[in-house]
Amino acid sequence: MLRDPGRSWDHGSTVTTPAATDPARIRNFCIIAHIDHGKSTLADRMLEVTGIIEARQMRAQYLDRMDIERERGITIKAQNVRLPWRVGDSEYVLDMIDTPGHVDFTYEVSRSLAACEGAVLLVDAAQGIEAQTLANLYLALENDLTIIPVLNKIDLPAAQPERYAAEIAHIIGCDPEDVLRVSGKTGEGVPELLDAIVAQIPAPEGDADAPARAMIFDSVYDIYRGVITYVRVVDGRIASRERIKMMSTGATHELLEIGVISPEPKPVDGLGVGEVGYFITGVKDVRQSRVGDTVTLQHRPAAEPIGGYSDPKPMVYSGLYPIDGSEYPLLREALDKLLLNDAALTYEPETSAALGFGFRVGFLGLLHLEIVRERLEREAGISLISTAPNVVYRVVMEDGTEHTVTNPSDWPEGKIDRVYEPIVNATIIAPSEYTGAIMELCQSRRGQLGGMDYLSESRVELRYTLPLGEIIFDFFDALKSRTRGYASLDYAEAGEQESSLVKVDILLQGEPVDAFSAIVHKDKAYSYGVMMAGKLRELIPRQQFEVPIQAAVGSRVIARETVRAIRKDVLAKCYGGDITRKRKLLEKQKEGKKRMKMVGRVEVPQEAFVAALSTSEPSAAKK
Amino acid sequence: MNTVLPLLPGSPASPSDLPDAAREHLPTTPFGLYVHVPFCATRCGYCDFNTYTSDELGPGANRAEYAGTAIAELRRAAEVLGPDLPTVSTVFVGGGTPTLLPAEDLAAVLAAVRELFPVDPAVEVTTEANPESVTPASLATLRAAGFTRLSLGMQSAAEHVLAVLDRRHTPGRAAQAAREAVEAGFGHVNLDLIYGTPGETDADWAASLDAVLAAPVDHVSAYALIVEEGTRLARRIARGELPLPDDDVLADRYVQADTVLRGAGFDWYEVSNWSRGEAARCRHNELYWANANWWGIGPGAHSHVGGVRWWNVKHPAAYAQRLAAGESPVADREVLGDADRALETVMLGLRLRDGLPLTALSDAGRLRAADAVARGLLDPGAHAAGRAVLTDRGRLLADAVVRDLTD
Ligand SMILES: Nc1nc2c(ncn2[C@@H]2O[C@H](COP(=O)(O)OP(=O)(O)OP(=O)(O)O)[C@@H](O)[C@H]2O)c(=O)[nH]1
Ligand SMILES: C[S@@+](CC[C@H](N)C(=O)[O-])C[C@H]1O[C@@H](n2cnc3c(N)ncnc32)[C@H](O)[C@@H]1O
Ligand code: SF4
Ligand SMILES: [Mg+2]
Repeated sequence: MLRDPGRSWDHGSTVTTPAATDPARIRNFCIIAHIDHGKSTLADRMLEVTGIIEARQMRAQYLDRMDIERERGITIKAQNVRLPWRVGDSEYVLDMIDTPGHVDFTYEVSRSLAACEGAVLLVDAAQGIEAQTLANLYLALENDLTIIPVLNKIDLPAAQPERYAAEIAHIIGCDPEDVLRVSGKTGEGVPELLDAIVAQIPAPEGDADAPARAMIFDSVYDIYRGVITYVRVVDGRIASRERIKMMSTGATHELLEIGVISPEPKPVDGLGVGEVGYFITGVKDVRQSRVGDTVTLQHRPAAEPIGGYSDPKPMVYSGLYPIDGSEYPLLREALDKLLLNDAALTYEPETSAALGFGFRVGFLGLLHLEIVRERLEREAGISLISTAPNVVYRVVMEDGTEHTVTNPSDWPEGKIDRVYEPIVNATIIAPSEYTGAIMELCQSRRGQLGGMDYLSESRVELRYTLPLGEIIFDFFDALKSRTRGYASLDYAEAGEQESSLVKVDILLQGEPVDAFSAIVHKDKAYSYGVMMAGKLRELIPRQQFEVPIQAAVGSRVIARETVRAIRKDVLAKCYGGDITRKRKLLEKQKEGKKRMKMVGRVEVPQEAFVAALSTSEPSAAKK
Repeated sequence: MNTVLPLLPGSPASPSDLPDAAREHLPTTPFGLYVHVPFCATRCGYCDFNTYTSDELGPGANRAEYAGTAIAELRRAAEVLGPDLPTVSTVFVGGGTPTLLPAEDLAAVLAAVRELFPVDPAVEVTTEANPESVTPASLATLRAAGFTRLSLGMQSAAEHVLAVLDRRHTPGRAAQAAREAVEAGFGHVNLDLIYGTPGETDADWAASLDAVLAAPVDHVSAYALIVEEGTRLARRIARGELPLPDDDVLADRYVQADTVLRGAGFDWYEVSNWSRGEAARCRHNELYWANANWWGIGPGAHSHVGGVRWWNVKHPAAYAQRLAAGESPVADREVLGDADRALETVMLGLRLRDGLPLTALSDAGRLRAADAVARGLLDPGAHAAGRAVLTDRGRLLADAVVRDLTD
């Protein structure tokens, strides 16, 4: 399958040499799809078939470079690669971007699309169109990209290419015959796909003589090299050792290195119109090289930036606390470090009476939360407690003052006039027999049906407006279990709505435990209160006195449980003369006691917090 | 903090095995000997003691040779502690099942003690025994050899409870053995009980207590069943075959025992021990609780002399091998620091009827003692007189009180 291995712009052809490439020979495209439909695997075959990687260097999902991506088998960061390709006698340069499929990382797709003229819309031939297929397709169409529809995994016995080609044709308005068929596993159809990319996707257009303008579409911190900035050149040319200027801030930097990824970074002389590559200036924070910013040259700056791109906004907040309070400085350090690389992350210090010092961290979604948490724990070796995730509320008081609440314990006291909560437009795709079950679920989550379409006779697309707060818990799990795993979900921000929301407090012996407070719809306050009080009754060890557990809205108690007083706490056995064992046991118990958090007089073990908070935590990894 | 100084296994017994500091109070501190007998006919499902059912443990470690091996360690003890040997005030032979050895062997061990050490004329000499492993004849032999006290593992008078505990004796056998002991001339007899066994009812427990009271004993030990990790009982509970003993039930049983025993003239003198008057207390156990000195003979046995604790290798074969090679059987030891000692003093002393002087507590500990009085866990009268003594309710929460009173 390898065509002309070893051939690339490094040795030979001038038409495809970076900085000297004729834009007419360039095709910039990304691969977009629903999660797991095989983008990264198809990218592997492209690396092979274009000969930029040798068989012995190959590993599955080559572009999933982070440990966490490889462990979870999902893509989190978009990755670009420059590929050489020949059609007949003509040489071309393909700049390919592999994107993530998970809804939390949609912003990675958006920024990738901004660097391309076309998109390969990949659909698993055994699954058909799913929710993120549509979401990503619409994003690509909004960006006026040329779409090449492709069915993947045609090697699978369960593949139904005819059926799904019809589905795709129906959605994008093409002929079913136009849908290409490939296998990322065997490589079948991949050369034909690359040929189609050359034939169908427009070459980039730009003014080679105009002042240089390049758009930053990604910015990554590397501990050895500092920030690596990925750009797509629109006009002019950027060459090594020039001084560049960030158009948003006016800051200028020396270019230490400029290069292309193929599939590892390779320094080059420069980048010209339509080309995609990276540069390094020595800055240490991705915020100094912001995604969406326009780069120009200091000595001949452009007048207008290319058009903005805003940072993704956090959708979900959670408090992160070190289990061992003395590790707070470590946590701060680790967050600072992660922040260098994750423009989507926001955090500020907060204190909890129950959990001590920690941070309120904003995330794009639950998978993002899970991944950040895992990276913090792994890379800094800290064990963390995360509080139940919540969304951002806007509370308007009767006197007109307004509060933005990212933490339930900041819910304002006093007379509240109205409360607004964020809502999302959700798309659910599933076999039509599950329509009833899905509608029931969405209704129970305060959803408003927006519309319904049949993708084919047997598959339906449901559109709902739902409060974000209702889907960040166990919505996806509930959806999967009601549809035997066949439903897919996508959602996007859709503003806010006024709702009857209340804060439920949990009190131990009359003392509120801030970490357990939650904002819920008033109709659900009771069930939340009963659930949490019941759970805590199991988790809080018996004390020397009775401990009442109450759930309350304001001063109204809505649920109550009691932890009975402990009557026996003594070990009586003859250990003979083995006093050491007895002392060690006592020391262990005392250690355990030290790790208890005091809520008033009540000793609550860390594990109880972890368990109480984690069981209500959703499993976000949609694998 | 304590420091653990491993003894070189090859080093011969020499006075240098014991730091001078540890010897300092040797002549004035009560001294006892413990002799561990690591054999049982079968292993009870709840038991995690260092005991073996096989009789093929290797040279020197088999039952027939065991007394000789134990005597070899007694010799080493006398060498290390000498030349000014402390007077032995108590001897306790425990297990395992000491009475699996012929009574003559136990007699020989005791004779060796007398030969090697000065012995107090009023020495207390106890042996543990399983009810089914003694006869009038073996008891007579033990008595004649100088044993003064017998401690029998009765556990329960309910047949189904004994079955869950894997005990081999009939419900009535323990009381019968106690009578035989008295007839053989034993002045002090104890019965061990276990309460809270899965399936045991309040009525079963009442019947067990009644059976104890009907027997001629002056001492009772009653232990809440502990589910020890790695035992058959723990596995059966994990599999759901048996329920875990419930703490509230255990508390009820304890109160029931204390009420019944008190009514019959037994007073508690340690959290799980009751006796008819002070003379019937087990002096050997008191020695442990007072942090006095003792030497433990046998595999896995623990010793304490003047702030140094050490313990022997656990397996009888390894133990016998060391001794046969003229080496020390010690596995490891620790030298107690001030903090360890302070902690142990409270941990051990608080469990006693006489409690401990408030001066044994730190300043913070004394403040918390006052709080414990307010919470009904320490006796107000004793507190006013300068001592920390558990109340009836406090006894059931003794470990919590100890944690509270220590820093
Ligand atoms: N049989 C078969 N399996 C494939 C094919 N392409 C991908 N897979 C498998 O599908 C799974 C997902 O593949 P990926 O390439 O990681 O999918 P992805 O779209 O990059 O996933 P995300 O980046 O997480 O959205 C892996 O187990 C692949 O081995 C194919 O053509 N045939
Ligand atoms: C050293 S043991 C053995 C004595 C003798 N072998 C016997 O079983 O009769 C002394 C006592 O400890 C108690 N014991 C042993 N294991 C126990 C456990 N897991 N929980 C509570 N008490 C226990 C029993 O009452 C036993 O009689
Ligand atoms: S007889 Fe005693 S020492 Fe032996 S296994 Fe049973 S309880 Fe343990
Ligand atoms: Mg991928």
